[in-house]
Amino acid sequence: MTTASAPVLEIRDLSVSFPTETGTVSAVDAVSLDLAAGEIVGMVGESGCGKSVTAMSIAGLLPGSARVTGSVRLDGTQLVGARESDLRRVRGREIAYIFQEPMTSLNPVLTVGRQIGEVLQVHERMSRRAARARAVELLTLVGIPSAAQRVDNYPHQLSGGMRQRVMIAMAVACGPKVLVADEPTTALDVTVQAGILQVLRDLRDRLGTSVLIITHDLGVIADIADRVVVMYAGRVVERAPVDDLFAHPRHRYTAGLLSASPQPGRHAGTDRLTEIPGLVPVLASQPDACTFADRCPAADEQCRAAAPPLEDVGGADHVAACWHPCVTAPTAAQEANR
Amino acid sequence: MTPHPNALEIADLVMHFGPVRAVDGVSLTIPRGRVTALVGESGSGKSTVGRCVVRLVEPTAGTVRIAGTDVTHLSRRRLRPHRGAVSIVFQDPAASLDPRMLVGEIVAEPLRLAGKRISRRERDARVAPQLERVGLRAEVARRYPHELSGGQRQRVSIARALISEPMLLIADEPTSALDVSVQASVLNLLADLQRDIGFACLFITHDLSAVEYLADDIAVMYLGQLVETGSRERIFARPAHPYTQALLSAAPVADPVRQRHRQPVLLGDDLPSALDPPSGCRFRTRCPLAFDRCATEVPEQTMIGDGMAACHLVQSDGTGPDVRTADPSEVLS
Ligand SMILES: Nc1ncnc2c1ncn2[C@@H]1O[C@H](COP(=O)(O)OP(=O)(O)OP(=O)(O)O)[C@@H](O)[C@H]1O
Ligand SMILES: Nc1ncnc2c1ncn2[C@@H]1O[C@H](COP(=O)(O)OP(=O)(O)OP(=O)(O)O)[C@@H](O)[C@H]1O
Ligand code: SF4
Ligand SMILES: [Mg+2]
Ligand SMILES: [Mg+2]
Repeated sequence: MTTASAPVLEIRDLSVSFPTETGTVSAVDAVSLDLAAGEIVGMVGESGCGKSVTAMSIAGLLPGSARVTGSVRLDGTQLVGARESDLRRVRGREIAYIFQEPMTSLNPVLTVGRQIGEVLQVHERMSRRAARARAVELLTLVGIPSAAQRVDNYPHQLSGGMRQRVMIAMAVACGPKVLVADEPTTALDVTVQAGILQVLRDLRDRLGTSVLIITHDLGVIADIADRVVVMYAGRVVERAPVDDLFAHPRHRYTAGLLSASPQPGRHAGTDRLTEIPGLVPVLASQPDACTFADRCPAADEQCRAAAPPLEDVGGADHVAACWHPCVTAPTAAQEANR
Repeated sequence: MTPHPNALEIADLVMHFGPVRAVDGVSLTIPRGRVTALVGESGSGKSTVGRCVVRLVEPTAGTVRIAGTDVTHLSRRRLRPHRGAVSIVFQDPAASLDPRMLVGEIVAEPLRLAGKRISRRERDARVAPQLERVGLRAEVARRYPHELSGGQRQRVSIARALISEPMLLIADEPTSALDVSVQASVLNLLADLQRDIGFACLFITHDLSAVEYLADDIAVMYLGQLVETGSRERIFARPAHPYTQALLSAAPVADPVRQRHRQPVLLGDDLPSALDPPSGCRFRTRCPLAFDRCATEVPEQTMIGDGMAACHLVQSDGTGPDVRTADPSEVLS
């Protein structure tokens, strides 16, 4: 999509660490990322690599113990270090979140109409009547059938997919510029997931919302993202438009990830899946090295001695942090296509 | 006597938990040495089928035969000789391993449960090759589960499941809790072991790409019942039931160029409840092709090769409309 216009959200050198009993955990290390208006950016990476911490630090949702440095600008306004009262206004109105488990984020004793309505009454100063009418509109917008009846349902009367739609309706109630969706479909079936992804696409198309979607599912990324950010052990290791990333992964971790997932038409009788050997490093202070060096087939002395910078690797808007990026060998996906 | 050709035969299996009709008449056969994947919506009863087979729960009705022996209602004591024939691996390796037991004790536990008294020496001797078989070093036996990674823990639970040399392995979402890169190693491991040891496997999962990679046959479940069964090749190439078609079209492929040209069939997500399943065809509340008969008549199973599909629109020759291409208004008229 468009990356030429000024970004709505601009993250620069964002680092987050947590003091723990066994020392400081560096969860996010100098992450930079832009989100243009109406753009959907996908974020992938191993469990524990810092995706959620990055997402939560955008609007100051991390616990007080977190040490956050760097810069997050929303339409030019600095959010890192902003006053809590200012951040509260930003959340809900300008940056909205949806998380994996909608049941825990919804209030079980209020109807969904009341919950959406409250957001509108607080942020938009709407009357209760107007808020209810708007809630029905929003439920319709996210694809809930017979919204006029559903608006009076309690969360437990809805299926998991419908609850997630309600969460999206609440999140977009005030027309946020940025929607952060952290594993929004992980707990759902593929048939329900397809509907939720369609809702996110619709919001982007109709309201111009920018979406940062976090998932470990490469299929979801392929389906919805315009651009992709790959994280590994707290750092961005690769960033590219979605087609370029899948066709020409340059970081060895990305390449490993892509070839690890089973390809259509392949079977255990004739093919083996490609594994990424070794384990994800335990995060302590970030070493002066490539964090993937221990598992990388191409690692050498240079990789263990210095952290590779995120650099242009050819192709429009394609960067990777690797001293020895992959020559653009065809991926398993491309092989399968032949 | 020649061994019974089928590792598992389930007939008309019913499992109700009070008013919840978790499994409502499932019949399924797995020949020796074959991998059958059981797929379907969350809550459709897949795990409950697996739990009935290993007799973690006693079925409400129907029969379960392991290598021809009816084990449905055997007492604990009479079940014991058959225990070793079937093993189960669960989704969450962290939750299914006792944190206070050493890995060596965990892996050897099925031997103890089968009533075998063995010395510590003998136990260690039996455990070491199991660990090696799943790609773990023998010294891992002296560690606790929390000292291992998720993938290593899942290997431990596979080693535990295989120590009794089972004829049938129930693998209930064995890779769902794992990272993509770890999933690959567990799938490779299961494929290697299955080829070398030749056990039959009921592979329960919602990951269709893993199904295509590992399974020989596929059974598709919806709200307590099977709606379609068949070979992997046939189901992926020519799914007959509208739900199977929707499922295959909804699972995104990890290739943006191909994904862009696919049209997922969008079903409503108003999932019916196992407390009060819809009349007639249980899929009708979400089926894009449903017509009046679907609400009044339970669809018969139409045989397709070695499998079947349960939908009014599937013809006796196995053909029928495809929700991925059909225009519902045309089908209905
Ligand atoms: N409050 C906290 N205190 C200490 N460490 C934390 C805290 N929150 C997160 N971490 C650590 O920060 C790292 C990054 O966590 P994060 O939740 O961002 O991972 P993730 O990429 O979202 O993983 P997943 O895919 O499993 O959700 C992890 O190592 C985690 O243990
Ligand atoms: N012990 C139990 N008591 C009551 N209800 C149960 C019990 N076990 C399962 N159920 C119900 O039976 C139905 C089928 O559950 P089951 O766990 O077999 O589904 P599943 O297909 O394995 O789902 P998932 O993909 O989410 O694992 C669900 O409605 C579930 O809530
Ligand atoms: S029987 Fe009717 S409702 Fe059921 S799958 Fe076939 S067409 Fe759809
Ligand atoms: Mg997370
Ligand atoms: Mg289950």
